[in-house]
Amino acid sequence: MTTPTVKDTALAPAALALGDDALVLSHRLGEWAGNAPVLEEEVALANIALDLLGQARMLLSMVGDEDELAFLREERAFRNLQLVEQPNGDFAHTIARQLYFSVYQHLLHTQLADGDGPFAALAAKAVKETAYHRDHAEQWTLRLGDGTEVSHDRMQQAANALWRYTGEMFQPVEGLDIDWTALQTAWLEQIEDVLRRATLSVPEGPRTGAWSAGAGRQGLHTEPFGRMLAEMQHLHRSHPGASW
Amino acid sequence: MATAAAHETARSQPSGAPESADDSTAEFQRAFDAAVAADERIEPRDWMPDGYRATLIRQIAQHAHSEIIGMQPEANWITRAPSLRRKAILMAKVQDEAGHGLYLYSAAETLGTSRDELLDKLHSGRQKYSSIFNYPTLTWADVGAIGWLVDGAAITNQVPLCRCSYGPYARAMVRICKEESFHQRQGYELLLALSKGTPEQHEMAQDAVNRWWWPSLMMFGPPDDESQHSAQSMAWKIKRHSNDELRQRFVDICVPQAESLGLTLPDPDLKWNEERGHYDFGPIDWSEFWEVLKGNGPCNEQRLSRRRRAHEEGAWVREAAAAYAAKHTTGGPGRQSDVDGTTGAHHAANANGENVNGETGAKRA
Repeated sequence: MTTPTVKDTALAPAALALGDDALVLSHRLGEWAGNAPVLEEEVALANIALDLLGQARMLLSMVGDEDELAFLREERAFRNLQLVEQPNGDFAHTIARQLYFSVYQHLLHTQLADGDGPFAALAAKAVKETAYHRDHAEQWTLRLGDGTEVSHDRMQQAANALWRYTGEMFQPVEGLDIDWTALQTAWLEQIEDVLRRATLSVPEGPRTGAWSAGAGRQGLHTEPFGRMLAEMQHLHRSHPGASW
Repeated sequence: MATAAAHETARSQPSGAPESADDSTAEFQRAFDAAVAADERIEPRDWMPDGYRATLIRQIAQHAHSEIIGMQPEANWITRAPSLRRKAILMAKVQDEAGHGLYLYSAAETLGTSRDELLDKLHSGRQKYSSIFNYPTLTWADVGAIGWLVDGAAITNQVPLCRCSYGPYARAMVRICKEESFHQRQGYELLLALSKGTPEQHEMAQDAVNRWWWPSLMMFGPPDDESQHSAQSMAWKIKRHSNDELRQRFVDICVPQAESLGLTLPDPDLKWNEERGHYDFGPIDWSEFWEVLKGNGPCNEQRLSRRRRAHEEGAWVREAAAAYAAKHTTGGPGRQSDVDGTTGAHHAANANGENVNGETGAKRA
């Protein structure tokens, strides 16, 4: 088996971190196709998945062949956050994952777009997409949190369950000129504001998972991720060297 | 639309009770017949015969249901698409189908039904969807075969519907046909890549075409002499060509395309008939068609139960959206008019639906 080559070592850590986040979350959202609670959400979730896939393709292509990187890397070589690989669960879990990630990604893209680094142009384009993703997640958090008793409970449980994966988002990524402390402060403010308006309480407890903080960025993932990759990579790997 | 406007007074429903119901109906019927004869569009507020309305609701609903059930066999391959480019194309295509479902349910709603009512009928088996989606997608090549053959057959069926006498349906079809033709080209291109690829890829493509060819021909419905609804629909200009005419048109288009693909259509009787100016083709196994229609196809049970499950599992979400909308609506007339109580959900994705309409998945990919 060929090991994918990563071209530019200076850009690689950041391109892989951001690219893998987008790739993996896009894949998870793609699993909703045909299963969404209402037809409009089939369209909306696919739209977000497509935006993220577009971002992933650009980022991965900066440092190698997008398909080799997506389909031929082993689990330990992926640099995405553990948050984005978490299974879809019910709609509330998907929305909680979207809320936590899209607020983060929007803040990140805003800072990157304001700078003059190698990701500025890409972030300037992506920030418009992520603003929509954030609004979508926020609107649904409000509806579910402040909807029925059942939806309130489900949304609270989902927000609690995924809370432990939010800490690693603020571990510095090599090659990104970001004020991580400010990013975290802004993220907490925005999340607390949305949850409060949704009549939900801000989860308590640690914001890091079983591994140390930054685990996903170091290639340490959770069990469901291996199965996700097995499904995603199976066909490509079954036909070595084929074009599609 | 000047002519349509001239008929408007004669065709529009009266607001008060007519002086004599019989006279009035006869007059509306004459205006309706004249409009159909003159190839004008019938619009939602126009008077129309009950049978015309019922036929349209049945047909548009079946079409809408086919779009949303049709997402399943293709979504089956989203998570396994072998390249990121193909994955983007496939996700965009499945998204387009959801969008088509939305336009079509909206077109049906102009006839006085609701999406919820139609979904109920789908879930309880009282309304059908296209039988083609009761076949499984066993390999990646099936995604290409569906694009090339199934979407190709759908386009052949649907292009004439752009001239259907009922305005909202005809306009929805214009939009849908544009997107379907992207899908068909993408399917063809996918198969071409496989056909010219490794021997294993070529074999995968041929196998898929072998399995999808005959079911695609059945998509045009039973032969003309056995077709239940055809004659009346032709008279109403809901339908413009007979099943057999459309089927022949499709075969004539596919034969040269299969040659360019380097693939064989699985019919030893396929040959050019100089005299007719068409390709002759072998007999279709209609017993298979009727079996699948009765519910005995390979995936009938699976498709319907998955659809029901998605709907049931989403009930709490739709209820939450309705409850939230009720709490936060301050009497805005627009939002209260929502028929199925999921104002919030609709509202949320509307902006997004626009996005899809303006910028098709195919272009994005």
